[in-house]
Amino acid sequence: MPVTIIADNCTGCRLCLRACPYGAIDIVDAVARFNEKCTQCGACASACKFGAIVLEAAFRRDVDVSEYRGVWVVAEHLHGELRRGTFELLGEGRRLADKLGVELGAALLGDAIGGLTAPLIAHGADRAFIAQDPVLAHFRTGPHTDVLAGMINRYKPEIVLISATPQGRDLAPRVAARLSTGLTADCTGLDIDQAERLLVQTRPAFGGNLMATIVCRHARPQMATVRPGVMKPLAPDPSRTGEVVEIPVRLDEMSVVAKVVEVVQQGTDGRVNLQDAEVIVAGGRGLGKAENFSLIRELAEVLGAAVGASRAAVDAGWIPAYHQVGQTGRTVQPKLYIACGISGAVQHLAGMSSSDVIIAINKDPSAPIFGVATYGIVGDLFEIVPALTKRLKQARSHPAAPTL
Amino acid sequence: MKIVVCIKQVPESTEVRVDPETKALIREGVKGIVNPVDENAIEAGLQLREAHGGTVTVITMGPPQAEEALRHALAMGADEAILLTDPASRGSDTLATSYTLAQMVRKIGEVDLVLCGRQAVDGDTGQVGPELAERLGIPQVTFAIEIEVVDGKLRARRVLDDFFEVLEVRLPALVTVVKQINDPRYPSMRNVLKAKRAQIAKWTLADVEADPTQTGFDGSPTQVIEVWPPPRRGGGRMLEGSVEEIVEQIAGAIEDMNLGAG
Repeated sequence: MPVTIIADNCTGCRLCLRACPYGAIDIVDAVARFNEKCTQCGACASACKFGAIVLEAAFRRDVDVSEYRGVWVVAEHLHGELRRGTFELLGEGRRLADKLGVELGAALLGDAIGGLTAPLIAHGADRAFIAQDPVLAHFRTGPHTDVLAGMINRYKPEIVLISATPQGRDLAPRVAARLSTGLTADCTGLDIDQAERLLVQTRPAFGGNLMATIVCRHARPQMATVRPGVMKPLAPDPSRTGEVVEIPVRLDEMSVVAKVVEVVQQGTDGRVNLQDAEVIVAGGRGLGKAENFSLIRELAEVLGAAVGASRAAVDAGWIPAYHQVGQTGRTVQPKLYIACGISGAVQHLAGMSSSDVIIAINKDPSAPIFGVATYGIVGDLFEIVPALTKRLKQARSHPAAPTL
Repeated sequence: MKIVVCIKQVPESTEVRVDPETKALIREGVKGIVNPVDENAIEAGLQLREAHGGTVTVITMGPPQAEEALRHALAMGADEAILLTDPASRGSDTLATSYTLAQMVRKIGEVDLVLCGRQAVDGDTGQVGPELAERLGIPQVTFAIEIEVVDGKLRARRVLDDFFEVLEVRLPALVTVVKQINDPRYPSMRNVLKAKRAQIAKWTLADVEADPTQTGFDGSPTQVIEVWPPPRRGGGRMLEGSVEEIVEQIAGAIEDMNLGAG
């Protein structure tokens, strides 16, 4: 048992009872006691102020891996809609589950989100495990970790996939440490080793200079965060059937240590949805200053494109981080990527080099961006970009006569 | 406030070498620097100390040469530096690293705030911070772009993919910071010289009462089985001529793509 009560230290104060999402603690003779609903999630241990509940966090190689079956994805949603990365996880999870001959489950945590189970199933899930409570409405590390860890302990999937979004990269390591299991960050490739029944995880490191293949042999579940924009979602099939499993939870706001003071939405201009964009026009250090991003925006406007940026431009404070393309930003695969004044550090190339067509404009002929460009132009972006914008604008207002 | 900043020494160059036997990265013989965003974590700690008083202790785990990274932190103004170096902690994955760092933080004792950079430029995982917070049983705030301490509580602005969020948590807590949070100070020559002579505490696993089965290769559930350089995409055609000629060629290529046609 990783979670134990030391009766001698217990004062019967009921803090653990309030913190337990699963209603699994009774106070008997002024001492806390677990009942059959306990999932070993560990929520009580962090709530106890008297050292009476101990969460033993140790990696044990002798875990019986055969107890764990099935592939799970953790759904992420915002404003009542599933995020794109979740559909990608479902597509990839389906493929892995089929290889293993097991079910694909989707864990969904939130409040009043019952309507999201249908799209999870339509996109590939066999079972949707849903935990709902007002405390889970806005993502917070603590309660989400408690509930998800409990769900994983109860259903024991052998693989758990989480999007490598900021939310996923906040939650996944917390859960992995709670479960004392391995976690592989930001995977771009997943597969199954049939002989060993192992998840084979591939990821870039060193800013994209190195690829590594990683396995987790002796701990379960095998956890990975998966880079958004890489895996392929399945076309939704509304006729797919699946089971919805309600996970009964009850949380107490008083037990949650993190309070959300304010949420400020950014990027509502509709031009930053990099992952869905057919065309991206991106600017880098060569722009020289924030004001010059107007050249990028004007070209993007005429092409109906999203605006991207290199890390150098973001770090310089010229443009917000949600425009960033690359290893620490978004991975994108548009039909057309126009890189203006971007030298092409490996970390940038890692995020855009699988675009269909890449046009690179840079004054330095030795810039690495030319190594991946379909069309390279060594020249002054301050001349070429406005001229191109003007040329494309003209083409739009005076379309050439159709040739017969 | 008692502040601990966890830093990592990373290779200065992007050239990577790997031990063919263990698949672990070879760090010996490669010039190391402080992981860039860890400098922002140090700076954030120093600013909080300046505002609220207290101490900034910088810790790292690594080979003996990681001492150089700690000297840089001392030169920036940290009060104290501790290196955990022990052959048995080699090959630690993020879970094993977080275990060992947690033992260090526990030994330091009565820490109010732990600061980390959002991720290291070599491993690129960003996992050690949250795993350490879990090990210590304290709340975490990741991707912080602004932090302040008000009435014994920590208030942080986090930058997520398309929104900002302001969170408030009680102390002790762990915060991972992003590059945009501040501009790390340059150490003065005087401080660099002072840091050169400063005493750096060196701890072993035994000093922090670490369970040897929870650190190093033995304590790491994940195992790197293969590493290779990524495939490179071949370059294409260079366009030449006057600005007008180049623009004509680009426009022609774009028009040929028939964008917007689905």
